[in-house]
Amino acid sequence: MHASRTIVATDPTLTAVITELGPLLAFLTPELASRIQFGWTITIHIIFAALSVGLAPFLVYFTVQEVRTGENRYARLRKFWTKIFAVGFIMGTVTGIPMGFMFGTNFAAFSTTAGEMIGGPLSFEAKMAFMLEAVFLGVLLFGRERVSDGFYALSSFLVALGAWLSAFWILVVNSWMQTPRGYEVVMEDGVPIAQLTDPMAAFFNPRFPWMYVHMQNAAIISVTLVIAGIAAYFVWKNRESKVWRTALQVTVVVLLVSSAFQAAHGDMYGRHVAETQPHKFAAMEAHYETGQADLHLIAIPTDLEAITDPRADNLYTISIPQLASFLASGGDPTAEVTGLNDFEYESPPVAWVFWSFRIMVGLGFWFIGLGAWGTYRLWRGGLYDDERYLQALMLSSPLGFVALITGWYVAEIGRQPWIIQDVLTTADGVSPPLSSTEATLTLVAFVIGYLLLFGVFLYVLKRILDEEADRHTVGIEEDDRPDTPGVIADD
Amino acid sequence: MTNILSDSAYVVESLPELWFGLVMISLGVYLLLDGFDFGLGMLFVEADETERERMLAAFGPLWKANEVWLVLFGTVLFAGFPAVYANILSRHYLLVFAILLALGLRGLGSKLREEHDDDQWVRFWDACFVVGSTTAPFLLGVFVASWVLGEPSALAVAPIVVGITVVALSIVLGAAFLGIKTRGTLRERVVRRGRAAIAVYVGLFALTAVVLFVRYPELQPVLQSIPTAAMVLATLVFAMLGVGTTSNGYYHGAFLSAAGLAAVFVLFISTLLYPAVDPAAGLSITDAVVSPLSLNLTAVFAVVFLPIIGFYFVFLYTLFSGPASPETSYSSH
Repeated sequence: MHASRTIVATDPTLTAVITELGPLLAFLTPELASRIQFGWTITIHIIFAALSVGLAPFLVYFTVQEVRTGENRYARLRKFWTKIFAVGFIMGTVTGIPMGFMFGTNFAAFSTTAGEMIGGPLSFEAKMAFMLEAVFLGVLLFGRERVSDGFYALSSFLVALGAWLSAFWILVVNSWMQTPRGYEVVMEDGVPIAQLTDPMAAFFNPRFPWMYVHMQNAAIISVTLVIAGIAAYFVWKNRESKVWRTALQVTVVVLLVSSAFQAAHGDMYGRHVAETQPHKFAAMEAHYETGQADLHLIAIPTDLEAITDPRADNLYTISIPQLASFLASGGDPTAEVTGLNDFEYESPPVAWVFWSFRIMVGLGFWFIGLGAWGTYRLWRGGLYDDERYLQALMLSSPLGFVALITGWYVAEIGRQPWIIQDVLTTADGVSPPLSSTEATLTLVAFVIGYLLLFGVFLYVLKRILDEEADRHTVGIEEDDRPDTPGVIADD
Repeated sequence: MTNILSDSAYVVESLPELWFGLVMISLGVYLLLDGFDFGLGMLFVEADETERERMLAAFGPLWKANEVWLVLFGTVLFAGFPAVYANILSRHYLLVFAILLALGLRGLGSKLREEHDDDQWVRFWDACFVVGSTTAPFLLGVFVASWVLGEPSALAVAPIVVGITVVALSIVLGAAFLGIKTRGTLRERVVRRGRAAIAVYVGLFALTAVVLFVRYPELQPVLQSIPTAAMVLATLVFAMLGVGTTSNGYYHGAFLSAAGLAAVFVLFISTLLYPAVDPAAGLSITDAVVSPLSLNLTAVFAVVFLPIIGFYFVFLYTLFSGPASPETSYSSH
């Protein structure tokens, strides 16, 4: 038999049956269907992944405060958010497991080329993070009566650590695809293979620290907004709720600090992108002609076409002249920014990158405003009586995730046409034998399946909220019996 | 340390073969551990509501951790033999997604039935749980056999026979697990089913060997070898031990016998594959393995973390040992 790394063929019998049955399904190319499928699944999965990452430090905080002060309000918060953490975690695994396999099913050529660089980190993630999370989540959910208080608190810390380690290795992989380092491309049987030459350079590539800090903080902001929104809802229903007043106090301050930090960090991150991925930076500003670039603070499309194809001449913009040049170069307002027309390869889908970036940044400033407003109210009093503020928090509670998802679109769609920057294009990374019909079939299944999953999640979330609301009306909330210090109260 | 991260030689000469061993061990541990869950899910079908709650109390704290072994298997294969990972997953594209769908149904079914106190709702998610628990081991068996036999299509006789064999093995495992996790009439019935499943499994194992012998002439030397004879014998011994121990009420013995059956099965599959890792693509271990630096590094992580993972599982299974009762479980919230 001839040894070969080239991908042979898909299952011929099944493919024949499917192709016979479904010419109607073959309206997307395998590449586009695979990209949409991966993009769609990550859009849903990242909500749960970020929920785990962002909620983890809050759970540790509530648990530690509970053990330290013995106050019932922390126990209540810990229990409430552990329930949501558990549902989110299960949703995260159900939606996440297919993604690892999609590297092989849909992007087989990419997996062959990049296997040596990304297979290791993915296996480290499974060994270090997944195992830790899965095992100690079992303790967190089922082991309350089987372990000591201290060990129970330790379990919550270990699950949190697992969530953060998991994100660490995933972002090692993703940042390597943005700024690949520590490898050498060799040809084996006519297939390019990226061979590992320097693990530290590969793992801690230039993008990695930017991405890790920005992503983890984005997860914290998103979860802070969710907690703040829910706390606002319960405080709005019952001004006297000690439990939810506590949650509100903590989150408005965290929101201000984390979103202000995110803005400052994002500004520097943008400069790094301009240096390492100039075509992405140009797409973020819809900058086609090489030359000085203005920063469009606010862009309003003047016609429908501007939405799908934003350009300087079809947008009504409020811009700061030369600021994009200034930012990209780190201080020179006249610096030349390469336009999209001057790259040797095709542009990414500019509209997605341009608008996603604006949504992310716009929301980011709104979060700073919300945090400042709340912190001011906390300081000057009246936080719990400001109806308008409480309503703003409630309406804003899902917006952190919107900013986080659009941020991912900027990073991932902005990298196109590359799957590994300057090494492999996405078109070359797709599984060669994959048919349009197969890819479209699974895409449709994923769209329907993940929508149902997300619906189920919202339903379960609503039930948890209703249960908490019932506690309010029967007054369990104000049960102020002295708690035994150092003991975690039980259900 | 310098030579561990050497880019010119594997830290141990046979590291590629050892890594192949780790791939198969991960697969084996996964089939064993999730076999408990699949079998439990199939035996679920004839249980009444109280029994179902007891079964789910045994299942609840463990299944998530068990399922992680599938991810571990996938990533260990990916890290060592990326071209094989890419080949077998894209070749069996629809089959892979069918497996994931079955696993998803199983996981959601068990969780969501608790979320709403309505007969129709509970029945619907119970059905998902049972269907997922039955199709997942079948499709996994089909997938593993297609891979190992180098079958370009999963719709062939041998993969389907192996799929059914894995279903029978999962029932044996599920019954053995419930044998130590439950008491009373539920245990008696489940163990009876387990004994029947052992007989069926032995028959299917023999059928698999015959089908392979007839349809894959290139496997005849392996099938006639002494190791294969030893594995057939071991299967018979574990089967008899399994039947004998349950008759005497020694359920831990039955549990170990079932684990023995699963271990022999995966060993058998591994000998059919070795020294190839992807027969359909003509890839041997040496062809497909990653370069020394990459594998050395991954192996160092494995040496450090596999014992820790082993410790986690001993801890988890010890913490949740003994008969499961729904009263102390999380579902009471």
